[in-house]
Amino acid sequence: MSATAPSLFAPALPVMALLPPQAASAGYWLSVWQRLRRDRVAMACAVILLLLVVAAVFAPWVAPADPFKTSMLKRLQHVGSAGHWLGTDELGRDLLSRLIYGGRLSLVMGIVPVALAFVVGTSIGVVAGFLGGKVNMVVMRTLDVFYAFPSVLLAVAISGAMGPGLSNSLMALTIVFIPQIARVAESVTTQVAKLDYIDAARMSGAGALTIIRVQVLGNVLGPVFVYATGLISVCMILASGLSFLGLGVRPPEAEWGLMLNTLRSAIFNNPVVAALPGAMIFMTSICFNLLADGIRSAMDLRR
Amino acid sequence: MSLNWSKKEKPVSKLWSTADRGGPAQPLLAVRGLVKHFPVRDPVWVRPRRAVHAVDGISFEVAKGETLGIVGESGCGKSTTARLIARLLTPDQGSLVFDGEGVAEFGGLSLPDYRRSLQMVFQDSFASLNPRMTVEDTISFGPRVHGQSPVQALARAHALLDRVGLQASQFASRYPHELSGGQRQRINIARALALQPRLLILDEAVAALDKSVQAQVLNLLQELKAEQGLTYLFISHDLHVVQYLCDRVMVMYLGQVVEIGPVGQIYSAARHPYTQALLSAVPSMDPARRTALPPLAGDPPNPINPPAGCRFRDRCSYAEAVCASSSPVLDPLKAPDGLADASHQVACHMATAGSGHSAAAQLPTATPALAGISELEAA
Repeated sequence: MSATAPSLFAPALPVMALLPPQAASAGYWLSVWQRLRRDRVAMACAVILLLLVVAAVFAPWVAPADPFKTSMLKRLQHVGSAGHWLGTDELGRDLLSRLIYGGRLSLVMGIVPVALAFVVGTSIGVVAGFLGGKVNMVVMRTLDVFYAFPSVLLAVAISGAMGPGLSNSLMALTIVFIPQIARVAESVTTQVAKLDYIDAARMSGAGALTIIRVQVLGNVLGPVFVYATGLISVCMILASGLSFLGLGVRPPEAEWGLMLNTLRSAIFNNPVVAALPGAMIFMTSICFNLLADGIRSAMDLRR
Repeated sequence: MSLNWSKKEKPVSKLWSTADRGGPAQPLLAVRGLVKHFPVRDPVWVRPRRAVHAVDGISFEVAKGETLGIVGESGCGKSTTARLIARLLTPDQGSLVFDGEGVAEFGGLSLPDYRRSLQMVFQDSFASLNPRMTVEDTISFGPRVHGQSPVQALARAHALLDRVGLQASQFASRYPHELSGGQRQRINIARALALQPRLLILDEAVAALDKSVQAQVLNLLQELKAEQGLTYLFISHDLHVVQYLCDRVMVMYLGQVVEIGPVGQIYSAARHPYTQALLSAVPSMDPARRTALPPLAGDPPNPINPPAGCRFRDRCSYAEAVCASSSPVLDPLKAPDGLADASHQVACHMATAGSGHSAAAQLPTATPALAGISELEAA
C-alpha cells in the first residue's frame, strides 16, 4: 500500500500527460501498449508468434515442398541436407513444410480451447467468487469433481465419449480447462470482492452485474489471462496426446504433437529431426508465457 | 472498459428524492436493538453453536445535523455497527428508522432508497478506491448507476473534485496510486457526496492520515457539513478528534453502549468507569497534568462468551456482587435535584439509583418528575 505519493503540485506522469483527459478508459490500453512496447523480451516473443501465425495462415505459399509427398529413398535426412533444410521424417516428407503446415492445427488446438475456456471459466469463477456463500460452494464443488481427474485422463474420456474428430477434441479440451481457469478466477475475485471499493460500489446502489462489469472484471482479468496463456502449451501437448490415441487429428495430417509422437521411433537414428516438432511446441509456449508476463506487468499501473 | 457501460436510463429525478420529511425534531436515524452475532466456524459436533457477539443490542438516535462520535477500543463493535447501519451486513435483530420511515420493511423505505441517503467513507483510502479506475470514473460511478448521463456525471465529478480541494483539471484522470493518502481520502469524500446523501458514516476516516493532513481533512468535513446540512456518524479511536468534531459521543464496550451524552459532559464528567479509563488514557498536553490513575489492566473478555452481568466488571475497580448478577441498562442520568437528564445516559450500576451497588446508595431515587416521563413514554 505504500504507493509513491506525488506532492500536490507535482507534474503528472509523462504517460498521463499524453492522454486526453476525457478518454481515460481508452487511454489505459494506450498506456499499456506504450509500456509493453518498451519490453524487449515481450516484443521479441510477439514477433516470433506473429511469424508463426503468418507462416501457418499462408502455408501453401510459404512451404518449400508438399508436406504430404513421401519418399522411401529420402527417409530421415539430416538437418541441412540438400532440398530439405530441416531434414525429412520417417516417411521422407519434408519436415520444414510439415512444421509450417503443422502450425495451423497446433495453434488452433492450443489457442481455441483455452480461449473458449477463458470466457466460460472466467464467467463462472467471477460470478461464484462475487456472490460467495452457498452459490460459490455449489458451483466450485461441482467443478472440483472435474478438477479431481488428471487432465489427460479427462480429455481422453470426454474425447472418447464424443468420438474422434477435430471439433470434438476441441470441445473436450475446453471442458478440461474450464475448471482450472474458473478456480483461478474465483480465488482472485474473492480477494477483490473483500475490498472496500466493492462495498463503496454497493453503497452507491449498483446491482451485482454492474459491480462485476465495472469494478471487478478489470482487476480479475489480468492474472487470469496470464494463467490462461500458460495453459496454451499444456493444451498443445494434450491435443497431441489425443491425436496419438487416434482421438484428435489423424495421420497423415501435419500437427506438431502428432509429428513428435510419430518421430519418437527415430529418436536414436536422427535425434535432431525427431526433436524439432517438440522444439516448436516449446518455443511457442515459451513465447506465449513471456508475452503474457510482459502484458501483465504492462497492465500493472503501479510501475 | 468503455465509458458507456450504463445501459439503462433511469429517471434522474429519482436520484434527488431524499428531502427532509419529519422536520428538525425527528431524529434522522434511529437504531433500535441492533444485534449481530457472527457464527464461529466450529466442527459440527460442538454444541451449543458458538458465536462472536460483535454487536449485542444497541439502540441510539442520530439527530438531524449533528455529529455523533462512536468511540471504543479495537474489537468493541464500532465498525460492525457502521456496516450494519450501512446495511453492508444484515442485522440478526433490530431495526433502523430513517427520518421516520422503517428501513427495508413493509411500507417503509426500500433498501436502494435508504442506501442513497447515506454514504460511507472507509478507513483504508487505498483499498476503498478501484486501482484501475480514474478518479473521475470513481466519483461519477454512483450518479451513473442512478441514471445520469456520462457527461452530466463527469461534470458533477469535476465539480466535486474542485469542492474537496483537488483541481479537476489536474486530478480527474489520475489513478489512485498517483495520489497521496490525504488526496485519496478527499476523493473518497467526493465519491460519498456524489449521491447527495443526508447521513455520512465516517469509519475511522482520518485515522490513517498524518496529523497535518488529518487537520485539513477534518476542516473540509466541517465545511461540507455546514454547507450541505449533512449529519455525521463519526467512528474513531482518536479521542482528541472526537472532541474537536463531535456534538455527542457514544462509548462502546464489547458490543454494547456503556455511555452516551453530549461531548462536553462525557469529557468533563464521564460516569462510566470504562469511559473514565478511556479518557484518562489520552495523553495530556500539559506536563503538569500527567495521568495519575493507573491504566486499565487486562484485555476485554472474549466476545464469544461475554461474562454475565456487567461486561466490564472483570476490569472494573468498583465491581461489586451486583455487577456479576445483573446487567446494567442504559439509563438517563439523574442530576442532584433528582431530575433526569435524558441526553446523558449511562449503563452502570453505580449511576442507577436502587441498583444495589454501594456507590448508588446516595443517589436520589425516582422522583415524581421522572415517573411522569416514564408514564408518558409508556403511553
